[in-house]
Amino acid sequence: MFKRLNVFAPILALISFVSAGSAVAAEPKPWQIGLQPAASPVMERIHDFHNLLLVIITLITLFVLALMVYVIVRFNEKSNPVPSKTTHHSVLEVIWTAVPVLILVAIAVPSFKLLYFMDRTQDAEMTLKVIGHQWYWSYEYPDHGNFTFDSNLVPEDELEEGQKRLLAVDNKVVLPVDTNVRLLLGSEDVMHNWAVPAFGVKLDTVPGRTNETWVRITGEGTYYGQCSELCGVNHGFMPIMVEAVSKDAFKAWVAKAKVEFANEENKSLQIVQAKIDAK
Amino acid sequence: MANGASDAAHHAHDHKPTGLGRWLYSTNHKDIGTMYIVLSIIAAVVGGAMSGMIRLELAEPGIQYIEDFQFYNVLVTAHGFIMVFFVVMPGLIGGFGNWIVPLMIGAPDMAFPRMNNISFWLLAAALVLMVMAGLTGSGPGTGWTVYPPLSNADFHSDAAVDFGILSLHLAGASSVLGAINFITTILNMRATGMTLHRMPLFVWSILVTAFLLLLAIPVLAGALTMLLTDRNFGTAFFSPEGGGDPILWQHLFWFFGHPEVYIMVLPAFGVISQIVSTFSRKPVFGYLGMAYAMIAIGFIGFIVWAHHMNAVGLDVNTRAYFVAATMVIAVPTGVKIFSWIATMWGGSLRFDTPMLWALGFIFLFVVGGVTGVVLANAGADMAFHDTYYVVAHFHYVLSIAAVFAMFAGFYYWIGKMSGRQYPEGLGKLHFWITFIGVNVMFFPQHFLGMAGMPRRIPDYPDAYAGWNMVSSIGAAITMVGTLLFFIVLFRTLGAGRKVEANPWGEGATTLEWAVPSPAPFHTHEDTPNVEAQPAE
Ligand SMILES: [Cu+2]
Repeated sequence: MFKRLNVFAPILALISFVSAGSAVAAEPKPWQIGLQPAASPVMERIHDFHNLLLVIITLITLFVLALMVYVIVRFNEKSNPVPSKTTHHSVLEVIWTAVPVLILVAIAVPSFKLLYFMDRTQDAEMTLKVIGHQWYWSYEYPDHGNFTFDSNLVPEDELEEGQKRLLAVDNKVVLPVDTNVRLLLGSEDVMHNWAVPAFGVKLDTVPGRTNETWVRITGEGTYYGQCSELCGVNHGFMPIMVEAVSKDAFKAWVAKAKVEFANEENKSLQIVQAKIDAK
Repeated sequence: MANGASDAAHHAHDHKPTGLGRWLYSTNHKDIGTMYIVLSIIAAVVGGAMSGMIRLELAEPGIQYIEDFQFYNVLVTAHGFIMVFFVVMPGLIGGFGNWIVPLMIGAPDMAFPRMNNISFWLLAAALVLMVMAGLTGSGPGTGWTVYPPLSNADFHSDAAVDFGILSLHLAGASSVLGAINFITTILNMRATGMTLHRMPLFVWSILVTAFLLLLAIPVLAGALTMLLTDRNFGTAFFSPEGGGDPILWQHLFWFFGHPEVYIMVLPAFGVISQIVSTFSRKPVFGYLGMAYAMIAIGFIGFIVWAHHMNAVGLDVNTRAYFVAATMVIAVPTGVKIFSWIATMWGGSLRFDTPMLWALGFIFLFVVGGVTGVVLANAGADMAFHDTYYVVAHFHYVLSIAAVFAMFAGFYYWIGKMSGRQYPEGLGKLHFWITFIGVNVMFFPQHFLGMAGMPRRIPDYPDAYAGWNMVSSIGAAITMVGTLLFFIVLFRTLGAGRKVEANPWGEGATTLEWAVPSPAPFHTHEDTPNVEAQPAE
């Protein structure tokens, strides 16, 4: 958190407190007023950039408010019974055109850096395919034997201890930490949007197209997201649940998942294999 | 044409038609303006009731009242359509535009009075079709953006979306005819000596808005027709199976949709400029800058549409362009804000009700504007896109700012329209309750969005409960404010004090204050001459 401290140290410290106050889990918290804690380099940069933006927009808003309060106090009918007739001031007009331009340029530079950084990864170590359906997600692991599974909301009456209402799913996505994962997104029916706030990932799944983005998860844990494009009746009920594990644990999970989620075409083969093994 | 005495006699029997015919067949800009305002108020009650139902459902986690989620989506959709096409546009453009523009420029009426009539009745028909859309089958649960494939026949198979499309077609035709009427009137029927550069800023705002309508609505109409034939006649403009592309719809929709935002807010700018000048007893500061800032906003508004599509997977260079173009809009908008403050600087300010609404508008538009600067950054937008942060942003600039401008205009001109003045104390109370209500309702939605709560969901994870309850309490406070507005309205019309031609004093310099209150059925039958007036 300290790397953020710079000239705006006191203000930023306050904001950091607010926006990263609960840096242990990446899920929405009651009465939260900031972004979810970052769990990827992209989201870390979104945090940094947003902290800059928040300072700028807060100062602008307070500046306008201060001007308005001053005008109301100083130039009301009682304090200033005779209005001036000034209607032009070229220098002033140039200043309030030029200064916003400078502020916008100061915003644009980090903005473009962030935009190009988050777009896609050059050196993907694995690929995860995400397919949106009405109203669930399915996931494919093309680099690990191409097994695939569906991920459905756990209904309220089947929730187990510790599972979060409207966020928990039956089969969660498992990904290794510290790995550049290429995400390929598609849809089978209408548009959906695969969004995990802690990763800074949010991309539409569009029928007829494949969209690409990436994530590198920096910490083990469970991360939550929700479909973020209106997709019909149960739009609010197709959450995303990602479990980030160590690389070794991921390998172990893949071995298990290959059997559990075997493709339809090689399912029978694997069952035969399993029977042979049993004998 | 006549001396004063016969002029007065002429006014005494105005050839004013009576009964139902006066309204049905009306070609009078004031009567048509009144009808637009009445339609806007009726639609606002319907659209406001829908937002009330939404906030009731969202007040607590879990499903309280709306068990049919399609119905929830229909509420969200209809609320958006009604507020945009049937409340803000008819209120500001059809209502105040029709009533005030001819009075301000010294024209006897609009250039095409019969076309004015059909503009209004097309909109009334459009409202009926929109209600029918809501009542047909399972209703249009597509959101006001009507994105295919969700809006295709595969996913909305009954006629609800078709009724919605036809409704928008009629509303669009109404707007285009109205725009042609305003452009012709403003360019050709101004008072002697009123050059373009001496036109009041409200007239400027309506002129720029009319050009935006003229250029944007046909694109929407084309897209709607393509969607209609996709749904009914087997074309595949927007279906990948037939070689089409759902993203094409978004490009076309937002090419209309972004200028539409300015179509709603530019007339609000115009209203605020008149009021700030009047109650500061000063001419508008930087008049030319103000006029050309509106033209600049209108122009740039046409080349920023894809910032609504940051998450569809556009090429990164395309997004970079739209980031840059979008941020440029902040510059002319800043010019407007600072010029209003400079108008008040050195003035002799009075804080009658219209001025309170105008001050509220300026501050809250800044709040909504700066979050727009945040959202303009496609990179940061990945945290905010399709969350309640966006909902908060556009409600600050529209539901708050545009509606504040409508109330400001109502209090400013009701004396001119009805001949009776509103009760000052109740008007101020209405302002303060609404000001508190909308802020309590919408400010916490920034927090919800930053924490990740998506838009358009009928139920939410339990962590979002707190701020949603606060937001719903804000909605209840706003509802009280709205009830108070109706009390003000009935008190004004029923028992308001009879008002003189110009109740605002020397600050009110525009021509509508030179005619009696209420404005007679026919005004400016002789073209006024404003050459002697000092230019701003
Ligand atoms: Cu979805």
